[in-house]
Amino acid sequence: MVETPQFNVLEHNLVPEHRLLSDEEAEAVLSKLKVSKDQLPKIRKSDACIKILERINGEIKEGSIIQITRNSKTAEVAVGYRLVRG
Amino acid sequence: MKRGVSKRIGSIKFACLSPDEIRKMSAAKIITADTYDDDGFPIEMGLMDPHLGVIEPGLRCKTCGHKVDECPGHFGSIDLAMPVIHVGYVKEIKKLLQATCKSCGRLMLNEDEVKVFRSKMDQFEELGGDTTDIRELSKDTAKDAQKQICPHCGTEQKKITLDKPTTFREDGHKLTPKEVRERLERIPAEDLTPLGIDPLSCRPEWMILTALPVPPVTVRPSITLESSDRSEDDLTHKLVDVLRINQRLRENRDAGAPQLIVEDLWELLQYHITTYFDNQTSGIPPARHRSGRPLKTLVQRLKGKEGRFRSNLSGKRVNFSARTVISPDPGLSINEVGVPEEAARELTVPVNVTKANLETLKDLVKRGPAPSSDPYLPGVNYVIRPDGRRIRVTDKNAETVAETIEPNFIIERHLKDGDVVLFNRQPSLHRMSMMAHTVRVMPGKTFRLNLCVCPPYNADFDGDEMNLHVVQSEEARAEAMILMKVQEHIMSPRFGGPIIGAIHDHITGTFLLTYQNRKFDRGQALAILSKVENVQLPEPDFQDKNGPMWTGKNIFSTILPKDFRITFKASICEKCNVCRKDKCDKDAYVRIRNGQLLAGTIDEKAIGSFKGRILDKITRDYGSEQARLFLDNVTRMAIGSIMVCGFSTGIDDEDIPEEATRQIEDMLHGAVNEVDRLVEAYKNGELEQMPGRSMRETLEVEVMRNLGNARDEAGKIAGKHLGIENAAVAMARSGARGSMLNLSQMAGCIGQQAVRGERLSRGYWNRTLPHFRKGDLGAQAKGFVTNSYKSGLTPTEFFFHSMGGREGLVDTAVRTSRSGYMQRRLISALEDLKLKQDGTVRNTADSIIQYHYGEDGVDPTRSVAGEAVDVDDILMDVLGDEAELLAKIEEKKVGGYATVEKDLMETGEEDAEEAGEEPEFETGGEE
Ligand SMILES: [Mg+2]
Ligand SMILES: [Zn+2]
Ligand SMILES: [Zn+2]
Ligand SMILES: [Zn+2]
Repeated sequence: MVETPQFNVLEHNLVPEHRLLSDEEAEAVLSKLKVSKDQLPKIRKSDACIKILERINGEIKEGSIIQITRNSKTAEVAVGYRLVRG
Repeated sequence: MKRGVSKRIGSIKFACLSPDEIRKMSAAKIITADTYDDDGFPIEMGLMDPHLGVIEPGLRCKTCGHKVDECPGHFGSIDLAMPVIHVGYVKEIKKLLQATCKSCGRLMLNEDEVKVFRSKMDQFEELGGDTTDIRELSKDTAKDAQKQICPHCGTEQKKITLDKPTTFREDGHKLTPKEVRERLERIPAEDLTPLGIDPLSCRPEWMILTALPVPPVTVRPSITLESSDRSEDDLTHKLVDVLRINQRLRENRDAGAPQLIVEDLWELLQYHITTYFDNQTSGIPPARHRSGRPLKTLVQRLKGKEGRFRSNLSGKRVNFSARTVISPDPGLSINEVGVPEEAARELTVPVNVTKANLETLKDLVKRGPAPSSDPYLPGVNYVIRPDGRRIRVTDKNAETVAETIEPNFIIERHLKDGDVVLFNRQPSLHRMSMMAHTVRVMPGKTFRLNLCVCPPYNADFDGDEMNLHVVQSEEARAEAMILMKVQEHIMSPRFGGPIIGAIHDHITGTFLLTYQNRKFDRGQALAILSKVENVQLPEPDFQDKNGPMWTGKNIFSTILPKDFRITFKASICEKCNVCRKDKCDKDAYVRIRNGQLLAGTIDEKAIGSFKGRILDKITRDYGSEQARLFLDNVTRMAIGSIMVCGFSTGIDDEDIPEEATRQIEDMLHGAVNEVDRLVEAYKNGELEQMPGRSMRETLEVEVMRNLGNARDEAGKIAGKHLGIENAAVAMARSGARGSMLNLSQMAGCIGQQAVRGERLSRGYWNRTLPHFRKGDLGAQAKGFVTNSYKSGLTPTEFFFHSMGGREGLVDTAVRTSRSGYMQRRLISALEDLKLKQDGTVRNTADSIIQYHYGEDGVDPTRSVAGEAVDVDDILMDVLGDEAELLAKIEEKKVGGYATVEKDLMETGEEDAEEAGEEPEFETGGEE
């Protein structure tokens, strides 16, 4: 595993936008969806996108929520969330 | 019989059986390998001990006192003389031996490592993790624990290896199951959790067997053959072997026999118990029956397509179902299915007797099981009393049984018109493969269906068979009618357009009716309209010398909703540069206002399945009931008009004038010469190389292009003499059947044959066939067929054609098995997903899979070719003709990718028939 990625994958045009949610935002998302953290889809802490985000935000702890905004064939833009896990 | 109280399963826990438990649940200790005594009675403490349950009717179980079917059967047990490894657990045992210390039995992890494991486990608890995550984690933990020196007592560890299937070695020295068991016993309970074992439900030493459960006789019944010989089940045979060796082992051990002999017997016992569990264990020969057939033991009962799971649990045989050949009947509604009388008298519907229907049902029962069949009258096969007893109704007892029925009885009545059934054709690839129809009982021996439902079932009548299931309860009937009725599936969720629609002759029929506004006299008009529902003969369009006359467009308009409006281009449109719209001399511009067909021809683009625009709009704007009526009427009208007009096709439809034949010959001759010229240029190195291609590739591209053009040219020349008045052309152009390419291959030239997209090249050394010179690169030598299907192929051409055809066959065969396997994998991945009320897609664990269904929340069935709204259509509805100028009515998306879909369905046709499990290939039927 490459610890420090050489290339910023977030700049690649096939990689959707990833953003770390603040604690308040995360809380808001969970209450809006009426779910607990364990019901969210996951993203690995070792994921290249998380590595890049850590450059900006500092270490991202397990249990943080990442907002992913992707282009959608049907809805133009689709927003999703992923929970960081080990 | 009343069904028991239904209960919800809260959870299921799997655990190991401990030897104590095995003995505790045992109804009989099995000691002797003999089964029956000389008089044919089962021997006590033998494998057929009467304590293990009953298989013979009339006898009572010695454990619970019940009779056959009431006694569930009871386990027995065998005490093993020496412990034996359970094959199913060897991997687990190996992991445990490697991860724990040989002397103190502790898990070889230091405190920090244990802490890491705990925190990871806690994280799964909090953030959610599934069983695979936990399995992975314990696997990693076990790997971490494989150390050279025990961190607890400092003992040096030796390397543990597994000699498949059941022999463990430590630095090459054999470990007996007894030794293995002793080691596992030493592992403390708290060290098991990190290894993925719940100490409350399993101790590792239980993976080494000291007692063997003996399944009840009901699980392994013996069969009495005609010759009154008993034939035992394979499991019984295997258990006899186990008992025999176990006995000998015990005797030898107790008598103090040499170690070597004891060990041999021990190993033999291990072999028998291993094969008792799994007779396909790799590394040992399968145990065989006297006849040489391998025995079917426990794993074989469960595994594979014939195993318990796939053939008895995932799918099972059911009652109230029928299967027979299908045939078409345009007189039926799309919602109906024709059921042969013979089947209708076998398939029944249960009816509860109440005060209100008592008298009617009495009369019904009086008819008995075989009342008159002209006209068909339903009878009754069974009467079920409130206590659950079934009484078979016969001609003899019908009268008396009828008198006994009272409220709360149930009678099982024959099918009659209007009953709800489910109709299905395999392979059931999408939800339209099983739809609800209403019954029409009719003579004959086949199921009949309306031709419009052929596309969703992917059915034809070359011997296809279909299944029919009679729905048995009021709730099921309601559900079937609301959710599964054919008319509710006219729109396909696959592409947001109609999948049920006119095909073949129906399209030809409406084409003949409407093209260039054919005229009909009163008799003809009545003939066409006679079968159509709710329709009056319209006012005649004009009078001529024979009396009043009707135009085809007028007749067709009678089945359109009164305020219907639409504008589009028909299939026959030639896509002229400047469209003359209403004035189109090809009659290809369809315009309907106020339910009147003003201009244009009704063909595939209007009413066809996948593409039909009128069908699409009626279903969307007027609902499925109107769409059903329209389809039923189109079917009848099309059949009516094709019969009035007359229609036939034959090989002489592809006749072209000699002049044209000569023209094609000359043109093809020119093309072949041109290829020779190119080859010459290539040989002399004078060919202009294309960028990114070698000289040879350039030649191939050029030649392919030239010959492709030549075939098209031939088609064009032939086409000049094939007008739309030609039956074959009418079918191709209206979209009923066949294509112009098919026709030009029959009339003009078949063209280049290809394998893997390239000209033919394989076969002999540097040539395709010995008829050509080595290295000949000319058109003829590499698979160009100048002849047409009609003129006939030369022997070499025929051979080349077969090569091309073979590729197609191989392709479909390969694609089929692969796509079948892929489909199964997809289904098992998606089967438990559910769209929740809040618009999210979730699995059974209630985890989110998708935040908004399809990301836009649109039901593809109601979408317009995938789009949520059809803006053009709304505009036209609101603004009328003005909007038409704005809207791009040119090429509507409807049916856009439906064509691709259709092609896929067609190629996948033979496909699913023999789609098997990836590794095992099956052979399908001959259809
Ligand atoms: Mg067929
Ligand atoms: Zn019993
Ligand atoms: Zn130790
Ligand atoms: Zn036109």
